Amino acid sequence: MSVLLDISHIDMEFPTPKGPFTALRDVDLKISQGEFVSLIGHSGCGKSTVLNVVAGLYQATRGGVILSGKEVTEPGPERAVVFQNHSLLPWLTAYENVELAVKQVFGKNKSKAEMREWIEHNLDLVHMSHAMHKRPDEISGGMKQRVGIARALAMQPKVLLMDEPFGALDALTRAHMQDSLMEIQAELNNTVIMITHDVDEAVLLSDRIVMMTNGPAATIGEILQVDLERPRHRLELADDPLYNQYRAKVLKFLHERHSKPDVPTKKSAPAKSSVTSAQAAGDIKETVDNAA
Amino acid sequence: MNTTTVIATKFSGLKLPQLDGTFFSNAIRLVALPVAGILAFLLLWSATAQNIDTSLGKFPGPAAVMEQFNALHDEHQRSREKERAFYERQEKRNAERVAKDPNYQPKIRAYTGKETFLDQIITSLVTVMSGFLLAVAIAIPLGITIGLSQALNNAINPIIQIFKPVSPLAWLPLVTMVVSALYTSPDPLVAKSFLNSLITVTLCCLWPMVINTAVGVAGIDKDLVNVSKVLRLPALRHVQKIVLPASVPMIFTGMRLSLGVAWMVLIAAEMLAQNPGLGKFVWDEFQNGSSDSLARIMAAVLVIGLIGFLLDRGMLALQKLVSWDKTAN
Ligand SMILES: Nc1ncnc2c1ncn2[C@@H]1O[C@H](COP(=O)(O)OP(=O)(O)O)[C@@H](O)[C@H]1O
Ligand SMILES: [Mg+2]
Repeated sequence: MSVLLDISHIDMEFPTPKGPFTALRDVDLKISQGEFVSLIGHSGCGKSTVLNVVAGLYQATRGGVILSGKEVTEPGPERAVVFQNHSLLPWLTAYENVELAVKQVFGKNKSKAEMREWIEHNLDLVHMSHAMHKRPDEISGGMKQRVGIARALAMQPKVLLMDEPFGALDALTRAHMQDSLMEIQAELNNTVIMITHDVDEAVLLSDRIVMMTNGPAATIGEILQVDLERPRHRLELADDPLYNQYRAKVLKFLHERHSKPDVPTKKSAPAKSSVTSAQAAGDIKETVDNAA
Repeated sequence: MNTTTVIATKFSGLKLPQLDGTFFSNAIRLVALPVAGILAFLLLWSATAQNIDTSLGKFPGPAAVMEQFNALHDEHQRSREKERAFYERQEKRNAERVAKDPNYQPKIRAYTGKETFLDQIITSLVTVMSGFLLAVAIAIPLGITIGLSQALNNAINPIIQIFKPVSPLAWLPLVTMVVSALYTSPDPLVAKSFLNSLITVTLCCLWPMVINTAVGVAGIDKDLVNVSKVLRLPALRHVQKIVLPASVPMIFTGMRLSLGVAWMVLIAAEMLAQNPGLGKFVWDEFQNGSSDSLARIMAAVLVIGLIGFLLDRGMLALQKLVSWDKTAN
């Protein structure tokens, strides 16, 4: 399979009052067309930073990102982003939020009727047709995230970037959203990078799981190829030994990285980093409990 | 058992509003308590007024003020009657002259009677709205530009911070001098005094609006800005689709704040500069010093307060109409 996206040896340094802070060191990853890759790692390790560099919102200090042969220098709709906090414009309805994107991306190539059809089609994909004329404050968190995904899909991106898209949702809604996403993925076969801290989510959805070491100077620790047949069903997978093996591998990586960090978790005060670690540990524990 | 329930049972076939506990508690909260408050105030006012003796007689109580409201209304009617008669006479005379001499170009001279109370109210309202709108036209684009550019913010902020605490009344002498120096048209579109008041109002409205708009723009959710970047919205569309709507709540906060202050300042400016308006009415009455003067000033005070209140409610209604954020109050 040919490489669509090449994240090539990127370093990321942030200027801080206390001098430059190296968030990423030599992150290198090649992603093929149609691949679903998830990034997993402890909170604060640099996952969002990687995503933002790919999105073009951050410029890597060293190395670069190449998408279908061209270097990424600025944000653009061919790398649509789904943000953790839906980031819908609160003054527009679901339909209008998608419309803003569609007009911007296809305004020149599609007629008015075609655009309307395309907007409705994408809202339909995420099962939001019934509430497309509601504003964000009138719909639930899960529905907002659905609209956010519809907006991103409607840009027909080469790569879909998702930063903990379901992180803020309750477990049940999250499961629904994961199923929807798999359904959409089966239909569209998009190239996706998704950040998650949910081990089950990562194994269920991904073709590859990229596990990141703790920061500062975070990098890719291990990559796990997930060879589970699609379509995948969460209930059947629960008893699948291969599935459980994958889960165990990711969990083991996260626990090892967590209990024996080769470098301090954060450059900031130790009190703060311990909070972050506790939260991260909580996240993982929750996933273990879910499986039990 | 109260009468309402009795009636309700009698006409049980009819559809009556829900007469449950919330209805009564709402009625008490929204009608009875405010009415009680006002009544108490009126009582206190008339009791206190009787005990205050001034050189112009007793301090006016509610009854005296009410009487003056009627007098002011009558004066207004009489003045309008005079004005109508004045123009009628003029028209008649012109018609006669044209009949005699077909080449005669009829001239209409404007009526120059003394402004009535209502005229002064209207003048003040027109002045405050014009000055306010001028300030909106300057402040919002400026605020957006400052909010979008950190560099510009750094450059302009000190100036704003220094001028913001200056009472616009301090500007008044300067404004007056500059206006009379620069505004020398032989056939002026608007009176100089109007321009002076207007500029004073504008100066007063400018700063809160610029600051609030800039703060609103600078504080837009970073995710929304990122959405705009991912979509590659051109600068103007970014402002129109993201920046403006996102900062509308803050812009309105600034507008309401400045309109309230502007109304107060305008009255003071009119008093100080003898510019037409409610402030001049108050000042004239004070100078006049008749036995009715205090009651008439008190009437003006009540009207000023009422208009200030209505201006604020009006802005709020506009905000509710325009803004997506319906939580304002
Ligand atoms: N704009 C920035 N300026 C300075 N430091 C940043 C910035 N963005 C992220 N960081 C730092 O980089 C590290 C990685 O952050 P992030 O990528 O958000 O982590 P994650 O998404 O994995 O939780 C953190 O220590 C964070 O404090
Ligand atoms: Mg993150």
